[in-house]
Amino acid sequence: MPRIRAEDLAIEFPLYHVGARSLKKRLLARTPLRLKQDESNRVVVAALRGLSFGIDRGERVALVGGNGAGKTTLLRTLAGIYDPVAGRLEVEGSVGSLIDPAAGMDQSSTGRENILLRALYRGMDDAEAEEMADEVGRFSGLGEFLDVPVRSYSAGMQVRLSFAMATVIAPEVLLMDEWLLAGDADFMQRAKERLVELVQGADILVLATHDLAVVREWCTRAIRLEGGRIVADGPVAEVVDGMARGAPVPAEG
Amino acid sequence: MLQSTIAPSPSQTVLYVADAARPRRLERALEDISTGFARWRLAAALARLDIRNRYRGSVLGPFWLSLSTAVMVVALGLLYSTLFTLPLGEYLPYLSVGLIVWGLINQTVTDACESLISAEGIIRQLPLPYTVHALRCVFRNAAVAAHSLPLILVVFAVFGHLPGPEALLAFAGLALVGANAFALSIVLGMVCARFRDIPPIVGSVLQLAFFMSPVLWKPELLGDRRVWLPLNPFYTLMETVRGPLVEGGAPGVVWLSAIAFTLLTCASAFAFFVRFRGRIAFWV
Repeated sequence: MPRIRAEDLAIEFPLYHVGARSLKKRLLARTPLRLKQDESNRVVVAALRGLSFGIDRGERVALVGGNGAGKTTLLRTLAGIYDPVAGRLEVEGSVGSLIDPAAGMDQSSTGRENILLRALYRGMDDAEAEEMADEVGRFSGLGEFLDVPVRSYSAGMQVRLSFAMATVIAPEVLLMDEWLLAGDADFMQRAKERLVELVQGADILVLATHDLAVVREWCTRAIRLEGGRIVADGPVAEVVDGMARGAPVPAEG
Repeated sequence: MLQSTIAPSPSQTVLYVADAARPRRLERALEDISTGFARWRLAAALARLDIRNRYRGSVLGPFWLSLSTAVMVVALGLLYSTLFTLPLGEYLPYLSVGLIVWGLINQTVTDACESLISAEGIIRQLPLPYTVHALRCVFRNAAVAAHSLPLILVVFAVFGHLPGPEALLAFAGLALVGANAFALSIVLGMVCARFRDIPPIVGSVLQLAFFMSPVLWKPELLGDRRVWLPLNPFYTLMETVRGPLVEGGAPGVVWLSAIAFTLLTCASAFAFFVRFRGRIAFWV
């Protein structure tokens, strides 16, 4: 059964190119909160610190918080891209990530070639790839442009293609970064319908966003991150209203 | 809008566990390698795109490489056969195999440094086995080599050089080169992702190795000191291909050295991969 468990999860990004000692000292002196030195004397940014939470089937969780709070890092960690430096993470179920839908797109290949490439990225067999190509072609409405290199697409057409490719598979655990809504009005409508379908079909949704209206509309639970820590976790109304009232961020420990 | 999305195949339902206290490094590295090889079609497709994009809009495309190699072989062949006073018919087959195999080794090692750095955009966005990126690097170099290796046959045909059945051993030599290419794509890819000073160092080492190895010159010219040559892995790897093709086979010590070096690179690549695999996403 799809579920996510995190215990005391931590991610640190080493700043490899901070070599000079004086620069190191200055960095560490000025912002002692998230920059620190690890045991091998490297300066690291504590991107996520001591996160513990569980997400169960049926939950739609919004990750909220300011820039650099760790929302995207958490999504990437859930997707299996970053290995935690401390703590434990368990994700059960097929994971689909809409973190950067344009990732892995080859600009000089045609739309159709890109769809088949994406199918390979996902480890699909030929029959599944064909099915995916048909569905993406139909949904994106690109028509004859499917056989033209992506390089010559307009920005809106590229978004349509990458959106269609990213959302054609219905995963059990859906990880999303912001809402990727661009394109013409007709497509916006269809994109919204597709997202509703995807969100409702997924057993678990984890969505990182700044848009509180979207959070209220879509999510049942919100986790507020600040400085890489969870500062609030609970029903949307509680957390979001706390943010709107400007509830103080609990003091750093 | 009914059922416009495709349900995931059941095989995709997985349990992902990452535990910093119990990293299971060996298990996860082995899993990476096995799933990476199982997905060789993705690596091949990406390698094909790499080649196509590199030569986009060019008329001859990768055949420019065949052409430039051919020009180089002929020019250096004429020059050095005069300098060494060797008959062209004897020297050119030797030189052509040496230059072409050296080119293959040189280009593969240089490219191995970029195997992970060049995949940065994918590594940080999509969870994929890292083995796929190393395989991609091997495949794209194999594709480039496929445009220069056939020149050897042309040279052999022009000079009527017909190797004996031992020539088949050259395939074993190419397999050794391939194994090294994979291992180096992993270990150099990782080291170069972490320390960005390594690629220029590798470039200098390769250039030095070219002059220190008997590519243009023959090992006999070293006299008694040629006994030290098998310590040069670049030479022995190249010789496992050149020996069978032009010299009626390579000496046992050359094979021994080449195989020992291959085992060494594979073992160090594996050890490095097991230990630092989890750090790659932070390095690129």
